[in-house]
Amino acid sequence: MAKVLRTEGMNKCIGCFTCMLVCSGVNQKNHSISKSAIRVKTSGGLQGKFIAVVCIACKNGRACAQVCPSGALENRSGGGVLLKADQCIGCRKCESACIMSAAHYDEVENQPIICKHCGVCARFCPHECLMMEDVPSDI
Amino acid sequence: MIYEKYIKLLYVDLATKKIRVEKRTDLYDYLGGVGIATKLLEENLEPELDAFDEKQPIIFAIGAASTIFPVITKTVAMFRSPLTGELGESYAGGRLALTLFLAGYDAVVIQGKAEYPSYLTISRNNVEIKDARALWGMTSEEVGRVIREREPGGGKRSIIRIGPAGENLVRYASVCVDTYRHFGRLGLGAVMGSKNLKAMTVVGDRDLPVGNFKEYFRIYQEIYKRVTDTEIMAKYHDAGTPINVEPLNAAGALPTKNLRQSVFEYGDNISGETFVKKNLVRKMACTGCPVGCIHIGQFRREFDKGHDYEAVSVGYDFELIFALGSFLGIKTSDEILMMIEAVEELGLDAMSTGVALGWATEAYMKKLVTEGETIIPLAFGKTDNYIKAIEYIAARKNEFYSALANGAHYASDKYGGKDYAMTLGKNEMPGYHTGYGAIIGAAVGARHSHLCNGGYSFDQSMKEFDKDKLVNAIFEEEKERCLLNSLVICLFARKVYDRKTILAVLDSIGLKYTEEELTAIAERIYKAKIRIKKSLGFNQMDVKLPKRFFETQSASGLLNEKTAYELMLMYNNKVEEMMAKPC
Repeated sequence: MAKVLRTEGMNKCIGCFTCMLVCSGVNQKNHSISKSAIRVKTSGGLQGKFIAVVCIACKNGRACAQVCPSGALENRSGGGVLLKADQCIGCRKCESACIMSAAHYDEVENQPIICKHCGVCARFCPHECLMMEDVPSDI
Repeated sequence: MIYEKYIKLLYVDLATKKIRVEKRTDLYDYLGGVGIATKLLEENLEPELDAFDEKQPIIFAIGAASTIFPVITKTVAMFRSPLTGELGESYAGGRLALTLFLAGYDAVVIQGKAEYPSYLTISRNNVEIKDARALWGMTSEEVGRVIREREPGGGKRSIIRIGPAGENLVRYASVCVDTYRHFGRLGLGAVMGSKNLKAMTVVGDRDLPVGNFKEYFRIYQEIYKRVTDTEIMAKYHDAGTPINVEPLNAAGALPTKNLRQSVFEYGDNISGETFVKKNLVRKMACTGCPVGCIHIGQFRREFDKGHDYEAVSVGYDFELIFALGSFLGIKTSDEILMMIEAVEELGLDAMSTGVALGWATEAYMKKLVTEGETIIPLAFGKTDNYIKAIEYIAARKNEFYSALANGAHYASDKYGGKDYAMTLGKNEMPGYHTGYGAIIGAAVGARHSHLCNGGYSFDQSMKEFDKDKLVNAIFEEEKERCLLNSLVICLFARKVYDRKTILAVLDSIGLKYTEEELTAIAERIYKAKIRIKKSLGFNQMDVKLPKRFFETQSASGLLNEKTAYELMLMYNNKVEEMMAKPC
């Protein structure tokens, strides 16, 4: 079995941004929420709903990996991709290929920030908006 | 500045459009937040000049560990208060602390008056003063909407703005921060208005590697667990602060109808539980707070004949329910939300507005003012007229409402009714008639707020009344909160952030302090505040306690006026003793 991140509870989101702070901290060792692979934003100001922009773990055709010219995005078991940073040439093709706009581009490191479904955000979500789901391994 | 040896300041002069950055190592003696803001206020204040003089500064500051630990979420603002004429200090949550932190500034000092209505934008690589002439006159919500569309940085941005009340220099005008939070008390909105500053946006997106990840994350997790898994914070999340309505009413401590009563006969209709059942539609959080105490309530309003309705959502809290509810005899949760919406749109402090209207209602009842002055008859429980009155205050509609816009203290100087103008140190009272602690706490508190020292909580926690113990407890808490506010921790989490935790937090980001040093910093900050107050002509023993406090039963029984003044003198002696000690 593999695990993937699900965001089905986002209606309950209180907008605390803890998921972003811990994702940046744990995965990028950075305090900036701009380094987070999950992006919580409002649709239509604070009176609108919170939505999470994050990799949805595509299984059937990972557009980001397919468009990558240097093979830096490798299919991940269960869905989504893993970034091989040393192979990335910073072309930003994955960024535009992702229909969910979830391949965030890191202007400082010149490489994408893509969720690897580690689950740290779900572990620190205080409102059960984010959860990890067991899915069959597909690789 | 985290991981740096200096505190980084941004100075903006709205008149000359000059911008300057300063790096100061000496400010670490004040840790951050209210500490550095107090020092900067002391340096930049013009004690001889009016609060609205363009030379007066506005200071915003965050702390050394802002938003990278749970519930360290607030920004402090300091200024000369146009309401009290003395120390202005106010706190707001929302996203402002995170964005200032990630824009790269510990504090912003705003001086001068813009030539025409303007807004200020701050980001990690730019500071600009922009034209806001078309925004002048707009409500808080409208101006937020325009700037949200116009400025970049959504999601990593904070927008603070004033409404018409701030423009019209209502002395308790507030500043709305990110729709649901506010710099509420003491009139920062009017000071912004006096500078032609309609709004400020901050975008925070700088890259900042974690210094010592292992240590940092260990402490982070420990605090996160205490905040979310223990009972310490539960009440703030569940029904939120309005849960206090019921016990305070039951105890006879809920100021009602201008404190003619301390029990509200309709208390159950406006309790936290009632709001949950009838109005609560959503909870939200400030950035970095997993608790989420912001409660959003909704009411339905018919805006046209012919079955046309709109749903209106506003944030509500205990103090608003008290000031715009029980204090004015408003009987339903829906009507309280309507009142909150009015102060929200116009940009007024809810507490001062409600308490000033309480005085106005009684002054009208007692014929100190007539309908010629009030325009509409004011009566407890009459929501429609109160909403009109709120609009008249924001517009300074006539001489009477203009006086009311200067606060209950000023208005009662002019029209009489001083004994029931419920202010302490010229600031309108908070929602606790618990006993001596509440009254003295606010009377001696540096900014005359219930949050200076939580005096009301000692009324509830002390087993028996003991003058020395009460005065000591208030004094020590006032000082300790100088420390908490120098980190700008949300005070709801004050029990999580004990001294041991604060030292661990600072240590994990490379700041070595000892417990003794923290104690010294707290006292240093408090002394600086007292110096500022004295420079502005404040004398503790000049503070008059309205007689109404001693005429209406409190939760501790009927209070004695002489005892209250005695407690104030005892406190003042402690302050003088502290001031006489060398630094």
